[in-house]
Amino acid sequence: MSVVAKKLLGIGVGGVVVVVLIALYISQWATSFPQTVAAMSTRKVAGLNGTQLTLQTVAAIGPKYSPSHPDWVSYLVLDHGKWVHSTIFKVPAHSLVHVTVLQYDGDSGLRNPFLSQVQGTTTGMETIDGKATKAINPEEASHTFAVPQLGLFIPLPGVPEEAKNQCEFAPCTLAEAHRTITFTFRTGAKGRYRWQCFVPCAAGWIFGFGGPMQTLGYMDGFLDVV
Amino acid sequence: MASEPIHPGSEPNHARRFGLIWVISSLIATPLVVLLIGPIMPPGHGSEQASGHVTDNTVLIGAATPVLLLVVLYLIYAIVNFRQPKGAALEGPAIHGNARIQTTWIVVTSILVISLAAYGTIRLLEDGAGAGAGPNPVAVPSGPKLPVQVIGQEWAFTYRYPTYGGVETPHLVLPVNEMIELHVTSLDVIHSFWAYQLGVKADANPNTDNVVFVRPTKKQTFEVRCAELCGIWHGYMFDHGQVVSPTAFALWIKEQQVRFAPVAKYLPKYARKYIPEPIRRGE
Repeated sequence: MSVVAKKLLGIGVGGVVVVVLIALYISQWATSFPQTVAAMSTRKVAGLNGTQLTLQTVAAIGPKYSPSHPDWVSYLVLDHGKWVHSTIFKVPAHSLVHVTVLQYDGDSGLRNPFLSQVQGTTTGMETIDGKATKAINPEEASHTFAVPQLGLFIPLPGVPEEAKNQCEFAPCTLAEAHRTITFTFRTGAKGRYRWQCFVPCAAGWIFGFGGPMQTLGYMDGFLDVV
Repeated sequence: MASEPIHPGSEPNHARRFGLIWVISSLIATPLVVLLIGPIMPPGHGSEQASGHVTDNTVLIGAATPVLLLVVLYLIYAIVNFRQPKGAALEGPAIHGNARIQTTWIVVTSILVISLAAYGTIRLLEDGAGAGAGPNPVAVPSGPKLPVQVIGQEWAFTYRYPTYGGVETPHLVLPVNEMIELHVTSLDVIHSFWAYQLGVKADANPNTDNVVFVRPTKKQTFEVRCAELCGIWHGYMFDHGQVVSPTAFALWIKEQQVRFAPVAKYLPKYARKYIPEPIRRGE
């Protein structure tokens, strides 16, 4: 084999190796999803029909759950008594889903006040700390849990600035200042529906909509209706 | 191998022969294309503007057919007539320009392009052709119009109806056969409001009122999509709108006013654009 042929072969093999490595990296990045957490049957927890989904919203996810982005705002989900850093939830089709959100973050305010009205729940309302509510003051919104394809929009009010014992980072406990929001909605046909927060709550990002707002696993995810 | 001499005199008049083939093919193909493909041209007949697009696309494909034939037929003609004989490696005659062909080409293509530009301009000046025309459109259709505001935000469109108390809704519903004056804006980044079946596409820019006119001509469900890459959920920024009878619309808008009464007190006064707060966390 001539020197030129050997060089060409080397370049060719090297090129293929580089392309394969890049492809592997991209495919791993593209297929890396948070784990899916199934909502728990409410027969087990409260004697009700349907399933229960318990979520937590925190101002900072903390180093335990996200060493690379400890200061990012995030949702967590309760899975068999443990808080899990995931935003992909599995719920049954054509059924009631009872959701409880323990909200530990302060208010940021909604850019569009229209989204401060509760939409898509079975009663047209949510309860905030036990009180039924149709709409909150948009300036007091901390986050939303919204599934636009299902017409579900749930505004979550923030913890007042003056509240004592505020949670610094996840996981937060019931002993720390929080708001408790509950609501029930009915799922439709099977499918993957995205959900998101509509509050510009990503600190330090342009319009508050970068970083955790644009990254699966923090302020948005999927609702897998199965 | 030595070249064989070329005898120009023995060649047929290719220009005349090819010209004849092209003219006859064009006369047959163009009406066929217009009649057969024209009626199925996108985006259909969901509105006056969409029907206008169908007409425009038909005109364009009609004008393009002879051009396509010219290129394809000449390619075939050249392959058949000017190919190398087996075993020969002949050089063609050295041609240095052809004033007649060049002039004809420039004149014909110029006429075609200028005609299409004039046609497009005239169509745009009629009613905007379903495109966003900025805050002060040059072409404003006459007669009464129903203003509807389209608000883009990451990642959903919402709609306000200023003539009905500025009520905001999560879905777009329009009355049939009424001229709609859409005011498209955004609360954050650049989106693009695309109501495909209605033939409407307008950028939703923050702090900008982009006006577009549309008159839906039949009761229907139509798709609404964002046509501007706007973030992680851009691909999910879609919805379905409806065109309903004026009676059904009147009922629907009344229902929306009742349904969204709880949030009405929090909505800003209707304006053609908004500079919303808060951006506290983004500052």
